[in-house]
Amino acid sequence: MSADVNNSKRRLLVAATSVVGAIGAGFVAVPFVKSWNPSAKALAAGAPVLADISKLEEGQMITVEWRGKPVYILKRTEENLKVLETDTDMLADVNSDASKQPEYCKNSARAYENHAKISVMEGVCTHLGCAPKYVPDLNNPFAGSLGADWKGGFFCPCHGSLYDLSGRVYSSMPAPTNLPIPPHYFKSDTVILIGQDGSNA
Amino acid sequence: MEQKSNGLMGWIDARFPATKMWEDHLSKYYAPKNFNFWYFFGSLAIMVLVIQILSGVFLAMFYKPDTALAFQSVEMGIMRDVEWGWLIRYFHSTGASAFFLVVYLHMFRALIYGSYKKPRELIWIFGVLIFLALMAEGFMGYLLPWGQMSFWGAQVIINLVSAIPFVGEDLGIWVRGDFVIGDATLNRFYSLHIVAIPLILIGLIVAHIIALHEVGSNNPDGVEIKKNKDENGIPKDGIPFHPYYSVKDIVGVIVFLMFFSIVVFFAPEMFGYFLEHANFEPANPLKTPEHIAPVWYFTPYYSVLRAVPSIAGSAFPGVIAMGAAIVVLFFLPWLDRNPVKSIRYRAGWYKILVAIFVVTFIILGVLGTLAPTDGRTLLAQVCTAYYFAFFLLMPIYTKLEKNKPVPERVTMK
Repeated sequence: MSADVNNSKRRLLVAATSVVGAIGAGFVAVPFVKSWNPSAKALAAGAPVLADISKLEEGQMITVEWRGKPVYILKRTEENLKVLETDTDMLADVNSDASKQPEYCKNSARAYENHAKISVMEGVCTHLGCAPKYVPDLNNPFAGSLGADWKGGFFCPCHGSLYDLSGRVYSSMPAPTNLPIPPHYFKSDTVILIGQDGSNA
Repeated sequence: MEQKSNGLMGWIDARFPATKMWEDHLSKYYAPKNFNFWYFFGSLAIMVLVIQILSGVFLAMFYKPDTALAFQSVEMGIMRDVEWGWLIRYFHSTGASAFFLVVYLHMFRALIYGSYKKPRELIWIFGVLIFLALMAEGFMGYLLPWGQMSFWGAQVIINLVSAIPFVGEDLGIWVRGDFVIGDATLNRFYSLHIVAIPLILIGLIVAHIIALHEVGSNNPDGVEIKKNKDENGIPKDGIPFHPYYSVKDIVGVIVFLMFFSIVVFFAPEMFGYFLEHANFEPANPLKTPEHIAPVWYFTPYYSVLRAVPSIAGSAFPGVIAMGAAIVVLFFLPWLDRNPVKSIRYRAGWYKILVAIFVVTFIILGVLGTLAPTDGRTLLAQVCTAYYFAFFLLMPIYTKLEKNKPVPERVTMK
């Protein structure tokens, strides 16, 4: 028998068996690798959320939860928007260069241009993650303690960081950057989808 | 079946090589007779592994890998309710630090006596793999108590994965199993910590020892004892591991256990270095601790990470540097071109380079426990530069050394 062993045939069979085996192992690895992806439950909890802003009045803010974080939706007044153009000298990151936001919100209102009044931002202080409080303007009883020229904004109760009405941090504050803005888009004038860009919807 | 000897052992040996294994690895494994203090740490590492497995098996009986229950099951259940639970946990937490201490000293021994050089390159490579597995084991184990530092330490390290360009964000989600560190992360780390990595670790240790016993142990003189054998083929400078070194190692074990017990009973937190103070507070994803520092055994590499400035807002260069600081160890056998193994017969200035290396490594370790300031970052950068220069310039400077004559036989100084 040993005399007429076809070695090249044996090598081919061994190689073919090994390749098929390796491909099989590769396929079997897929379920194990994929099991590490977020589960259906985690995905549901992390899915984009819809927010209805039809009843939101100017100067009012609502909070919705997305991925375990508070997301502020604030409707600002024309007057507020004017302040946002002029308060630049007291801000640390006026143009939001060091801050986190989608490209379409990199402007003074930090909002869509056709919905400039509506600000959507994560209520997570960039210092140590506390939730800053919304302090509208001097009509608010608390605002007086923030100085006579307080034009409205956010105050972090943990270490005193101050933000303006588009979530831009004041200079010389514990917080280094502006409040992050999550990806979002307007499904209609009154419904916002938070957690997804318009582009890939 | 042919039986070489009678009796029970004969019966067993015909079916399982018990006597052969005993002789190959213990009673007829000839180790150089000039082992010194530095040769305790290999056997001590095995003993610490046994402590970790034994205490770990018992901790797993009382621990609950669930974000809602984990902290309570450790701090209330194991530490207060379970009889002697506190002792078993302190064995395990002190054992973790002891493991790294012993392994770092073991690696230093290999460095100064050239134990990584031909023909022991694979022993060294298996050893570096053990070091890597041990780091993974320590990192994942530290998440389990679900304290503030568990959570935020893991947050920082997993965010390093997210710093990888393009795929980082998705990779981070894949590792966490969620958009934030949560139940999914805790459960998979628990599984890896108690099953997967210990199995890998044991496999690597077996490979490490088999490779060692294949080529034989190095010694403080760096002389190959197998070059001088007597008429029976036994190295003239070799003595059987058992009973000579098994007995000697018992002395090491006793001294080690004295120090180990002092820590376990009198300073289990080791002033915040073994168990960090912030970890006595349950994990709170909404509140970052004022200062996040890894446990001491990671701090040299954490310092390397922080020393490299981020480029275009990405921490990726730092991640690369930290990885490279460990990967470079794999190449040590080929970076060092000096044929002389032991530092005893190498150039005086090489000893100084090694001494500076030890000092920079310790400085990196200390800096890693501290909050960065401009001065400290600069110091970390200098030390990081030295760390890499020490290894990467080896092919050049090790050729320039004027060695002393290496003796034919081992010396007993």
